Amino acid sequence: MSLEDPTSPEADPEPVGVTEDGLDYDALEDLLGDLAIGRESHINAEAFVVRPGDVEEALVTLRDEAGFDHCSCLTAQEYEDRFESIYHLRKYDEPTQEVGVVVPAARENPVSQSANGAFRTADWHEREAYDLVGVEYEDHPDLRRILLPETWQGHPLRQDYDQEQPQVVPLREHANPLKDDHRGIDNSDTMFLNIGPHHPATHGVLHLKAVLDGEVVADVDPDIGYLHRCEEQLCQQGNYRHQIMPYPDRWDYISAGILNEWCYARAAEDLADLEVPEYAQVLRTMSAEMCRIAAHMLAAGTFALDVYGDFTAIFMYAMQDREKMMNLLEDLTGQRLMFNYLRLGGVAWDLPEPREEFFEKTRDLLDDLPERLEEYHNLITSNEIFQMRCIDTGVLEPEAAKSYGATGPVARGSGIDYDLRRDDPYGYYPELDWDVITEDGCDNYARVLVRLQEVEESAKIIKQCVDLLEDWPEEERTIQSNVPRTLKPEPDTEIYRTVEAAKGELGIYIRSDGTSKPARFKIRSPCFSNLQTLPEMSEGEYIPDLIASLGSLDIVLGEVDR
Amino acid sequence: MGEGVDSRFNSKLREAFGSTPFILTKFDKFMNWVRGSSMFMLQFGIACCSIEMMHTYAVKHDLDRFGAGVPRASPRQADVIIVPGTIVSKFTPRMKRVYDQMPEPKFVVGMGSCTISGGPFQEGYNVIKGAEEAIPVDIHVPGCPPRPEALVYGVAKLQERIANGESAPVTVKPYELEQFGDLDRDELVQHLADRIDEDDLVMRYNWADSP
Ligand code: SF4
Repeated sequence: MSLEDPTSPEADPEPVGVTEDGLDYDALEDLLGDLAIGRESHINAEAFVVRPGDVEEALVTLRDEAGFDHCSCLTAQEYEDRFESIYHLRKYDEPTQEVGVVVPAARENPVSQSANGAFRTADWHEREAYDLVGVEYEDHPDLRRILLPETWQGHPLRQDYDQEQPQVVPLREHANPLKDDHRGIDNSDTMFLNIGPHHPATHGVLHLKAVLDGEVVADVDPDIGYLHRCEEQLCQQGNYRHQIMPYPDRWDYISAGILNEWCYARAAEDLADLEVPEYAQVLRTMSAEMCRIAAHMLAAGTFALDVYGDFTAIFMYAMQDREKMMNLLEDLTGQRLMFNYLRLGGVAWDLPEPREEFFEKTRDLLDDLPERLEEYHNLITSNEIFQMRCIDTGVLEPEAAKSYGATGPVARGSGIDYDLRRDDPYGYYPELDWDVITEDGCDNYARVLVRLQEVEESAKIIKQCVDLLEDWPEEERTIQSNVPRTLKPEPDTEIYRTVEAAKGELGIYIRSDGTSKPARFKIRSPCFSNLQTLPEMSEGEYIPDLIASLGSLDIVLGEVDR
Repeated sequence: MGEGVDSRFNSKLREAFGSTPFILTKFDKFMNWVRGSSMFMLQFGIACCSIEMMHTYAVKHDLDRFGAGVPRASPRQADVIIVPGTIVSKFTPRMKRVYDQMPEPKFVVGMGSCTISGGPFQEGYNVIKGAEEAIPVDIHVPGCPPRPEALVYGVAKLQERIANGESAPVTVKPYELEQFGDLDRDELVQHLADRIDEDDLVMRYNWADSP
C-alpha cells in the first residue's frame, strides 16, 4: 500500500510487538492475554498455543492489533497424544516478522474452530487439513474433501491409515446442460457448466464448476485434486540428505525446478544448521533466475494462447525463448526440466567447462532479451484486442488479495509490494542490484505486465551473477560445504521457511523427530492460495473473462494439488 | 480434364510415375500407411511431462514434421492420445472417459515413467501404478520426463507399428468404469450405498493387487 493513501491502514497506531530490532514476543503474549495458554519456540518464530475454541479470536487479535495480515499456511499434524493445527502468520509489509498459532485438538475426535472469520484463505487450507489429516473445523462454511475424491475412506496422513484398503471413486455424470432441468431451482435463467478437468484452457487438470446467467458467471467453484500426487507423504518417506530434493522439481514443473529446490534447501539447511558457501549462493541465484525467466515465458505464451485462442506466434516465440533458456540450464545441470541441481549445503556441480563458453552463451541470450521483450510488448501488451480483453477484467483488490494469501505476480499486480527475495533475504539477492516490480492495475493486464517486467529484472540479476562468477578466484570456488552423510536434526525442532518461487511464496514446514526423515513435511503452495481468488475475480464477469483471469493467475496444477 | 492432372499439382513423385500413374497395393496396407502418416493428437496435458510434450509440438522439435502434430481439443476428432503424466485416483475415471470418446481406431502413447509404473510417485496412496491399469497402451516412452527427441522417436515407432497393422490388444483392465450397482456388495460398498446412486459409474481401486 502506498503511504500517500490517507485511508491506508498505515494510519493506524503502531502495531503491538514491533520494536527496533524485530518482534517482541512477550508483548504479543500480553496482547493475547488469556487466549495464549502456552508458548513454543520454532526455528523461524515463536508460536502461541491457543485453545481449540479461541482460534478466530486469537487470529483476529493478531491481525488487527499486531498487524499480522498474511495467513501464509496451515499445517495440521498428528502426534501420539493429540492433533495439532499450526497457523503460520506473517506481515505483508515485513515478512520476517512471523508468529505461529498452535491449536491442539483431542486425539479422539479432533475438532477446532475454523479461522475463516479471520482469513478467507483458511477456507481451502482447512479443507485440505480435514481431507489429509482429518481435523474437523467447526463453523467452517463448507468442510468437505478438497484433494481426494469425495467418497475416499480414511485420512492418508494419519499414522493408522491403511494404504491397501480398496477405494471406490465415482464418475458422477456431470449435470447435462441440454436437459430441461438445467434451470436453477427457482426456475431462474442460470445454466450449469463444467470446464475441465480435460480442457485446453485450464492449464492442466483443473475442473471448474461454473453457473452461468446468460454469459455472466454467477458462481464458480474450482474443483481440484486431479493431480494430487501425495508429495507430502513421499517427502516424509525420504531422507533429508538426498531423497527429498528430486520432488520439489515436480511441484511447479514449468521449469521452476531450482526455485522450488531452493525452498527445500533453505528449510533443511536452517533446520540442520548448515552453511552454504558464497560461491554456491551465486550459482543458486543465477540458476534460479534462469528458471524464473523460463517459467514467466510459458506464462506469457499460454496466456496469449488463452486470450487469442490459438497456437499463434506468441506461443511459439515464448517456447523458442524457453528452449534457449533450457539449453543453458541443461548445460549447467544436465537436465532440461527436472534439474535436481541443488544439494543441501550447496549445489551439485560447478559451471560446465569451458566456463567462457557458458558465460558467452548466457550473455548472448541476455543481450537478445531486450529485443525479444520489445517484440512481446508489440505483440501482446500493446495489442488493442489484448488490451480490450485484459484491462479492467479479473479485478482483484489488494485487500481481497491479502485475505486470500495471494503472493507473487498476482499480489504484485494488485499493487502489493511483496517480494521475499528482497523482504526476507536469502541467497545472493541482497548484494545485487535489481527492483521489485509492482503494478496498480489489479487486473489481468497488470499481472501480465508484472511478469514481463520481472523477466527484465531476472536478466539483470543473471548478468551480475555472470560477472561475479567470471571473476571468482579459482581457489575459492567451493560448491558445497561439509555436510554429514546422514542428517538427523534435533528431535522436535520445527521450522517454516519460504522463498519467492515463480508463482509466489513457496513455503515448507518441517518437524523433525530425531530420525533421518521428517516427521511432518508440509508444502505451502503459492498457486493453491492464488487459485482461491478466482471466484472473487470472475463472479459477475463474462465467461471469456473467467478464462483470461484463470490464465493470468498462472497456476500449475502440480503445485496446487501437490 | 482427361489431359492428366493440372500441372500445378505436379510433384517429383508424380513425375516418377510417368505416364502410368497407378500403383498396386493392398487396401489394408494403404489404409494403415495413411493412418500412420496423418495422425491427429488429442490435446491432453496432465503433469510435468506435458511441458516436454508442448516443446515437442512447438518450434525446434516440431512434431508436425512427422505428420503427427496437430493437437485437437476434442477427443472425438483425435486418433492418438499421448498420456503425459501421473494419473491419480480422481483422474482415472475421467481419463478413461476421454479415451472411450475417441473414435476407433485409436492409439495410446504413454509418456514418462509415471504412465509406466507411477514413476517417482509409485508409493503414493493416491497414484495409479501406470496408465495400463486403465487403458491399453501402444508405446511406452520412458524418462522422467522423456526428452522431446524421445517422444518423437516414440511417435515414429507408433507410426511404424500402425503401418504394419499392429495395435495393443484391448483387454479388460484392472480398473474399469462400472455401475455402482454391479459391484460386489462388500463392506465398503455397503458403507457408500447411501452416497452413490445404483447407476452412477464408479471405478474401484484394489490397491492391494496393484503391481
Ligand atoms: S514421468 Fe516424471 S516428468 Fe513425467 S509426469 Fe511423471 S514425474 Fe513428471
